[in-house]
Amino acid sequence: MIDLPPYPPLDPSNYDLIIVGTGVSESVLAAAASSSGSSVLHLDPNPFYGSHFASLSLPDLTSFLHSNSVSPPPLPPSNNHDFISVDLVNRSLYSSVEISSFESEILEEHSRRFNVDLCGPRVVFCADESINLMLKSGANNYVEFKSIDASFVGDSSGELRNVPDSRAAIFKDKSLTLLEKNQLMKFFKLVQSHLASSTENDDTTTVKISEEDMESPFVDFLTKMRLPPKIKSIILYAIAMLDYDQDNMETCRHILKTKEGIDRMALYIISMGRFSNALGALIYPIYGQGELPQAFCRRAAVKGCIYVLRMPITALLLDKETGGYKGVRLASGQEIFSQKLILDPCVTVGLESLSSLTDQQNETLSVLVPKALINKEKVARGICVIRGSVKADVSNALIVYPPKSLFPEQLTAIRVMQLGSGLAVCPADMHVLYLSTLCDNDDQGIKSLLSAMSNLIRLPDPENHQSDSVVENDTCEAKPILLWRALYVQEPVKGEYGGTISSMPSPDGNLNYNEIVESALKLYEQLMGSEELFKEETSVENTTEENDGGVDIED
Amino acid sequence: MHGRPRKAASKPEASAAKALKLRSVQSQFMSNHHRKIYTQEAIQLSAKLLAINPEAYTAWNYRKLAVEDNLSRIDDSDPSLVNSILNEELEVVAIALRRNLKSYGAWYHRKWVLSKGHCSLEKEMQLLNKYQKLDLRNFHAWNYRRFVVELTKTSPQDELQYTTDLINDVSFSNYSAWHNRSALLSSLVSKKPDGFMPKETIRRELDYVHNAIFTDEDDQSAWFYYLWLLDQTVKMETPLRTSSWPSDGSIIILSGPGCFNGSSSSKFTTFCSESASFPLILYFDQAVSGVSSSTVTIDSELQGNQDLVWEPVSDKNSQLSCVWVARLKFDSTEPCFRKENKVKVSLGKSQGIVSSRGCNLSAPFEFVFTVHIHDTVGEPQEGIVSWTDGFDNWDAQSKDLNSLITSDQLNADTGFEWRKQAIKIEIECFRDLHDSKFGKLILARLLMAEETMISDDAVKGVHYNEILQLYNDLMALNSSHDQYYKDEHSVALLHKVTSSTGMYRRMSRHLFLYRNMNNIVCLRLNNLTLSRIAAVEKFLFVQMLDLSHNELHSAEGLEAMQLLCCLNLCHNRIRSFSALDSLRHLKQLRVLDVSHNDMGGKHPVDTTRYLCSRPLSNSAEIGRQVPCKYWDAYLVLRDLKKLKQLDIIRGNDLIAGEEFSSFVRQVVPKLVWLDGHKLAS
Repeated sequence: MIDLPPYPPLDPSNYDLIIVGTGVSESVLAAAASSSGSSVLHLDPNPFYGSHFASLSLPDLTSFLHSNSVSPPPLPPSNNHDFISVDLVNRSLYSSVEISSFESEILEEHSRRFNVDLCGPRVVFCADESINLMLKSGANNYVEFKSIDASFVGDSSGELRNVPDSRAAIFKDKSLTLLEKNQLMKFFKLVQSHLASSTENDDTTTVKISEEDMESPFVDFLTKMRLPPKIKSIILYAIAMLDYDQDNMETCRHILKTKEGIDRMALYIISMGRFSNALGALIYPIYGQGELPQAFCRRAAVKGCIYVLRMPITALLLDKETGGYKGVRLASGQEIFSQKLILDPCVTVGLESLSSLTDQQNETLSVLVPKALINKEKVARGICVIRGSVKADVSNALIVYPPKSLFPEQLTAIRVMQLGSGLAVCPADMHVLYLSTLCDNDDQGIKSLLSAMSNLIRLPDPENHQSDSVVENDTCEAKPILLWRALYVQEPVKGEYGGTISSMPSPDGNLNYNEIVESALKLYEQLMGSEELFKEETSVENTTEENDGGVDIED
Repeated sequence: MHGRPRKAASKPEASAAKALKLRSVQSQFMSNHHRKIYTQEAIQLSAKLLAINPEAYTAWNYRKLAVEDNLSRIDDSDPSLVNSILNEELEVVAIALRRNLKSYGAWYHRKWVLSKGHCSLEKEMQLLNKYQKLDLRNFHAWNYRRFVVELTKTSPQDELQYTTDLINDVSFSNYSAWHNRSALLSSLVSKKPDGFMPKETIRRELDYVHNAIFTDEDDQSAWFYYLWLLDQTVKMETPLRTSSWPSDGSIIILSGPGCFNGSSSSKFTTFCSESASFPLILYFDQAVSGVSSSTVTIDSELQGNQDLVWEPVSDKNSQLSCVWVARLKFDSTEPCFRKENKVKVSLGKSQGIVSSRGCNLSAPFEFVFTVHIHDTVGEPQEGIVSWTDGFDNWDAQSKDLNSLITSDQLNADTGFEWRKQAIKIEIECFRDLHDSKFGKLILARLLMAEETMISDDAVKGVHYNEILQLYNDLMALNSSHDQYYKDEHSVALLHKVTSSTGMYRRMSRHLFLYRNMNNIVCLRLNNLTLSRIAAVEKFLFVQMLDLSHNELHSAEGLEAMQLLCCLNLCHNRIRSFSALDSLRHLKQLRVLDVSHNDMGGKHPVDTTRYLCSRPLSNSAEIGRQVPCKYWDAYLVLRDLKKLKQLDIIRGNDLIAGEEFSSFVRQVVPKLVWLDGHKLAS
């Protein structure tokens, strides 16, 4: 960063809002704020869009995971004495980073053909909030999606069973018994009828789930509906996408209520039928998840937002008198002022600089003070580049290992997503595999990921390095071979509204963006008051939405 | 298309403008048509008309004429010219179909073009695949598909795969696909190519459709297919004689009119005849034709029975019937008097008894019975028959009854074992679906089907209580169809009553002897809430039947009981004479009580009165004078020549009065008792 060429000074130097970091929430806010007429400066210290949500080539990903733990050196304090300058520190969100390459030659040859997500595995539900927001803002014009072909539930046997998530899928399923098909479909119908009754008010004929049941744990409700364990597990972990073992009160950090469970199922069910050209509930952006923040940024740029990449901020400028926020100092040395500031989750204030501040100043900076983590929960992520596919004839698929399915101490569900060259994320005949699970500590998380990996893929034989086509035995032969692997544990940071300075959340452990988008929208409300979100676009884009559902999904 | 709301009609001004435009095109076209103008321009105009209105039939016909005209002008040797003419037609059809996918004229025109040959059938299949995806249940497209398949000689296996693909990949709620599947399988199974033997095919299909039923039990398309499959499973190909009277090994006592000497033994059926003949009844499990003196041979010492006339007992004027009857003559004055006469009946030795499907009787069969002819003493009784007094319990022993009732015959059809096995599997399967009404109904039907297949007497009848419970549940669960369930309940109940369980026949508790009439056997099935008659093949020996205080709405089924001389149907729900129609076949009937049925009352209009072929369209009626006022009563009563006692006026509306009684006396001259009053002779 020190080698940056001198950057021409920005003009103007005064904005309504400065946003640092181009992650999904920051980009949504940039687009929303610019479209409501605010002047916005959007900065990112990295040379690419997306921050922690970016899709990168293998070398870029490697260097991002490693370099992010290094803070930019503070610049010498400026001679402007109207303000107090507080130096900023970049903290790392990633730990236990371990990257290994098994076939470097091949990978180097193709290295630029990878678009690997930092925040994987992640998908978009056709009916989820992020799609609604894209349609509302017009960001959908910049992204194309493809369907995830299938989803599976796995266990230690290595077998992958289809998730019977629709009427047609239940009909075709080969592993469910007839009675299980009946029970599962009945449950779907109950949920659908419940949803219908909650939208159409006084329809007494539809079945509704009682209030009492809605407040009870979802897992108990499923038991009450006489669903066998196999189906319960499918609903909880492969449809409602829960993380913690709902049957284990001691280790489960979040016992889901029926109400929430029904909401999650509703999202899935509505997603299934939302776009006629989507195969199922889940879609994935071609060229990777990094496309989403980028689409919002492009939308923001259209509305007048100014973008500067490769531009870290080094210090905050506070008013000498009041201790209030005034502006930031860029790495280029320029001082820029704004009403409000929104920061990437890894920007914090160095502890040494805090000690010298007054109470007022401390209050301004409150959201930047690193806090002792109340919730020790972390997200362990893994990325594998493999040759072949984990399931014959399927390229893009989601695989869920429910708690305890791989080994008895497995406390949380492990989600795996395989994506192929059809999504332009890797060269043909290879696939990228993303894995994630929640964990209390790095070792626990990495252990879970490795267990899922060994279930799906095989490591290249060190002795027989060159000729992996040699037939060893049946199960081994069927498994795809590992070419490259990254393991890392990411600390989740919650976004926080702090008046003039707010900080944004890091990627959470969920499969979709719902919570991230929700928190961004909440922050927007806090920042802008009751200002309507993307009101202008809705009227313009309405017409196109009628024709194709508004989202480009390639067949 | 299905499940999609109609678009609102366009504004009246717009549609008026459209109509105006259409009218001008139409009148221009008509003038071309009348003047037989087939120029390029005129043909273009018809295409324009059809693009706006594909329903313009005349335009399609005009185009056919134009094509014929054009074809006659061009050089036949140039196939490309022919092709271009025909392809243009296909194009016009395609445009018309874009406007209306269900235009009869357009589809028919396409067929017509295709029948000219020269067209790429492959293209037709592609087009069809597109249209059939657009609307899964467009029967025009399905019909056309069958037409093209016929032309292309596409294998039924490929077409079967196509239905599988539609069901698997698009939606299993596709009636058309399931239906086409049944049609294809019927033809495949009858030809029996590799992998399509009935046993394997039906098992495979049952397993397949289970998935649809269990996934969504409310989806009817799968049920329809399932019921078709079940029908294929249960229905034996070959018909079977299930029962007869007299039954094998039985002894019957015959006499002339009146009482006969001495106390009759209850072990035998006694039969008094005024015409010195007795009926021989054959009962088959499915309607058959071809029962005649050449297919049924009779060996007996009874004289004069060489060329027996066999008659079908059916309402329709058809030669297909489950019940066939012939009258055997006997003569009480002949030397064979008081002698045992053995009668041997053999059927099926020569082919000719065939079912409606064209299958021959499963196996030749013969049975022997013994006839005693008794002297008669005294005059025939003229007293009134009472349904309340004069009955004795009949402690019939099982073996006595067994000689009266033909024991169940098992079908010797080669497929019997696998069919039985298939039903067993189905029962196990549907026990899992017992909490749904469809599941209950199917289970009840399956259990009934299995009952007819059980050969072991020890377990026969085990299912009836369960079946009855299922129908009771269904009546409570789904009251809108309770009449149907009630009927099925009655059928099951009657089968239960007649079923034998080991040494004990449930029927015996319903059997009585009627003192005043030679101790004939009376079957009393009163107060059982019966709404339908069934299992009559077990009642063939019965001469006196009490069905009073039930809920019967028709006498249908009783026609098989050719020995019946006394019948009580009072306090039922027979609302009209047409519901008594089957009684016409009961030539022996002497006592009939149909009082308290609210006949002719204020009911919803009896549609059978208007829909049935009588009285005018039936050829048999022509030339006969039908009394106009009571024609429906007349049609039933006029065949009951022997009727002596009739209870009809009490409890029935609109038919009371002197006029009616004089009409009855006129139609039934032998009548002695009318509603309990002795008629002056």
